[in-house]
Amino acid sequence: MDLKEKLVSSFLAFENHVDIDCKIHDIRTEAIKTFETKGFPSKKEEAWKYTSLNSILKHDYSVFPKQENAIEYSDVKKYFIHDIDTYKIVFIDGKYASHLSQTTHDGIDVCLMSAALNKPKYRLVIENYFNKVATKESLTSLNTAFAQEGAYIHIPKNKLVNKPIQILHLSTGSEIALMQQPRNLIVVDENSHVQIIERHQSLSDHPVLTNSVTEIFGNKRAIIDYYKIQNDNVNASLIDNTYVNQKRESHVSVHTFSFGGKLTRNNLNFYQNGEHMDSTLNGITIIGDKQHVDHNTLVHHIEPNCESHQDYKGIFNDSATGVFNGKVIVNKEAQKTNAFQSNNNILLSDKATINSKPQLEIFADDVKCSHGCTIGQLDESAMFYLRSRGIPQKEAKALLMYAFANNVLETVKIPELKKRINRLIATKLGVNIGFDL
Amino acid sequence: MLKINNLHASVEDKSILKGINLEIKAGEVHAIMGPNGSGKSTLASVVAGKEEYEVTDGTILLEGEDIEELAAEERAHKGIFLSFQYPVEIPGVSVTNFMKTAINANRKAKGLEDMPANEMLKLIREKSEMLEIDRKFLSRSLNEGFSGGEKKRNEIFQMAMLEPKLAILDETDSGLDIDALRIVANGVNKLKSKDNAVLVITHYQRLLDYIVPDFVHVLYNGKIVKSGGKELAHELEEKGYDWIKEEVNA
Ligand SMILES: Nc1ncnc2c1ncn2[C@@H]1O[C@H](COP(=O)(O)OP(=O)(O)OP(=O)(O)O)[C@@H](O)[C@H]1O
Ligand SMILES: [Mg+2]
Repeated sequence: MDLKEKLVSSFLAFENHVDIDCKIHDIRTEAIKTFETKGFPSKKEEAWKYTSLNSILKHDYSVFPKQENAIEYSDVKKYFIHDIDTYKIVFIDGKYASHLSQTTHDGIDVCLMSAALNKPKYRLVIENYFNKVATKESLTSLNTAFAQEGAYIHIPKNKLVNKPIQILHLSTGSEIALMQQPRNLIVVDENSHVQIIERHQSLSDHPVLTNSVTEIFGNKRAIIDYYKIQNDNVNASLIDNTYVNQKRESHVSVHTFSFGGKLTRNNLNFYQNGEHMDSTLNGITIIGDKQHVDHNTLVHHIEPNCESHQDYKGIFNDSATGVFNGKVIVNKEAQKTNAFQSNNNILLSDKATINSKPQLEIFADDVKCSHGCTIGQLDESAMFYLRSRGIPQKEAKALLMYAFANNVLETVKIPELKKRINRLIATKLGVNIGFDL
Repeated sequence: MLKINNLHASVEDKSILKGINLEIKAGEVHAIMGPNGSGKSTLASVVAGKEEYEVTDGTILLEGEDIEELAAEERAHKGIFLSFQYPVEIPGVSVTNFMKTAINANRKAKGLEDMPANEMLKLIREKSEMLEIDRKFLSRSLNEGFSGGEKKRNEIFQMAMLEPKLAILDETDSGLDIDALRIVANGVNKLKSKDNAVLVITHYQRLLDYIVPDFVHVLYNGKIVKSGGKELAHELEEKGYDWIKEEVNA
C-alpha cells in the first residue's frame, strides 16, 4: 500500500479518536477528499519542478505514534534556547510532553491545539481563525485532515509577551519510520507583540517525515517575529507550510535557518490584508552532502502602502541542491507597494546546484519592486587578502561565508538565539571563530 | 632577510616575471619603481603567496628558508606583510573583527593563546591613534565604501597591528593626500628597526622623501634592469623611463 492509500484509509481510524460532530471535523472530511483527489505533488507541477518527494514517500511510516516516549530534559536540553526564560510547547513523536513544556493561560494562551479544538472557551477563536488562511493545496489539505495536535497561541490585545515561546518537535526513532503532522495556530491581536522559535529535531537516524501547517494571524499593529531552526538529522525531512495573514500596520517577520535534514521544503505564504504593514522573509541555508532545501515563498500585496522584504542567502557544498522560488503578487489596488526580494548563493562545489526563480506579477503601476539573484563562488581575491593577513584558508572561507550571511542575522532580535545561530553556522562550517557577528 | 634568485613567474601561461634577483637585508629599505605593467605587483603577490601565479623557475628565500611551498597564511605567520595596491572590500566583516581574527590566527600559529580582549582593544586604540584613524571607522565593514586614501591608511594600520618582518608596500602612496602621506609614512618609519625590512613599490619620489630607501630598483618587463641609491629615484622622476628602456633594448 503506498503512502497516499495508507493515509486515506487511516483517516477512518483517526475518526475513532476525535470528536466528529463538530465543524472542525467537517473541515477535516473536506480536506481528506481534497488530498485524495490531488495526491502528493509531483515534479510535473510547476511549483515542484525541482523538488521530488519520491525518495521520502517510499518509507512505511507510522502515522499515529503507538507509545508515549519519555525523554529526560538533560538529553534534549541542547535543542532548546536554554539560557533565557521561555514558554515551551514540546512534543515527542507528535504527543504533547508536559514535563518538558511550560505553557500558560495567564493573560495569554500558550497551549495545545488539541485543547483548543475541544474546549468551548476557545471555540470563538477557532471558528474565526482555524483553517482560514491555509489553502487547499494538497499537502496542506493532508495536514488539515489530520489536524489535532500542535501549538495554540493566542495573544489578546495590548500584550507584550515578555519571553519568547519555543515550539519543539522531537522524534525518538522508536518507530521504524514516523510521519508527523503538527498543526499550529497563532493569533496575535491588536497592538500585541510575540516572538516564537520553532524547531524540529529527530533523535535517531530513522526516517521522519513532518508535514507541518502553521497559520499565523497578525491583527492590527501586531508584531510577530517567528524563527525556524531547521538543523535536523540526515533522514529527517520537513515540509513546512506556513500561512501568514496580516492586518493593517502589523509587522511580521519569519526567519528560516536551514542547516540540515534530508529534504526541506518551506512553503511560506504572506497575505497582506490592510495598509501600512510590512512583511519580512529572511533565510540562511547552509547545506552539504545530498541535502536539499527548497524555499517557496509567496507575498501577496493586496492593499496599498505596504512593504515586503525578502532576503535569502544560500551556501551549498558537495552535492547539495537548493531551490528558491519567490513569488510576489501586487494587486491592481496595491499602489505604493515596496517589494524587495534578493536571493544570493555561493556554490562551494561543482556538484552543488541551485535553482533560483523570482516570479513577479505586478498589476499596480505605482510600485517599487526589485529582485536580484546571484550565484557565485567564493571571491578568490578576498580569500587571498584574508590569508595574506595570516588567517588560514578554512577560517578565511568561513569568515567570508559569515560575512555573506551576516545581514540576515542582523535582523534576529533575540540575542541568545543569534548567538546560537552563530554557533550552528560555525559548526556547520567546521570552524571555531573567536567572534560574534 | 629576503633573497630572490632568478625568479620566473607566469599566470595562465603568460610569463610576467622573467628572472628577478633581489636581496633585502634586515634593517634595509628598498624601493621598486617601473612603468605600468612591468610586474611590480606581480612580484609582491608572488612573494606573499598568491596561488594564481605559478613560479616556473628560481627561488624565494626568507631568512634562508625556501618559502615556495608555503601558503599565503604561513608566509604571513613568518612575518611577510603585503599592503595591497587595491585592498579588497569585504562587506559584513568589521575592521575590528577582522583584525582580531588575524591577530589571533598569527598568535595561534606561534602556539600562543588568543590575545585577551582588553589587551586587543588597547592595541587597536594605540595603533589607530598613531595613524589618526577615527574610532567609528573600525566598526565599518572592511574597506567597503572606504575612499582610496582610507583604504591605504587602513592597510598601514593592519601592518602596525601585525608588526611584520618584511613589509611590502605596493603603491601605498597612491590616493593619499599630502597630510595622509605624512601620517602613513611616519607610521611606517615608527615600525622600522634593524630587525625588519621594507620594500616600497611606488611611482613617485614624494613617498621616498619620507621613507628613505637604501636602494632603488627599476623593474621593466619582468626584470630588474637597474639598481642604485636613493638618487636614482630623483633621476627617474626627472627623466622618466625612456632612457632606461633604450638602455635595455639597445
Ligand atoms: N591575473 C592576471 N591575469 C592576466 N594577466 C595578469 C594578471 N596579473 C597580472 N597580469 C599582467 O601582468 C603584467 C604585470 O602586471 P602588474 O600588476 O604586476 O604590473 P605593475 O608593475 O604592478 O603595474 P602598475 O604600475 O600599473 O601597478 C601586466 O601586463 C598585467 O596585465
Ligand atoms: Mg601594480
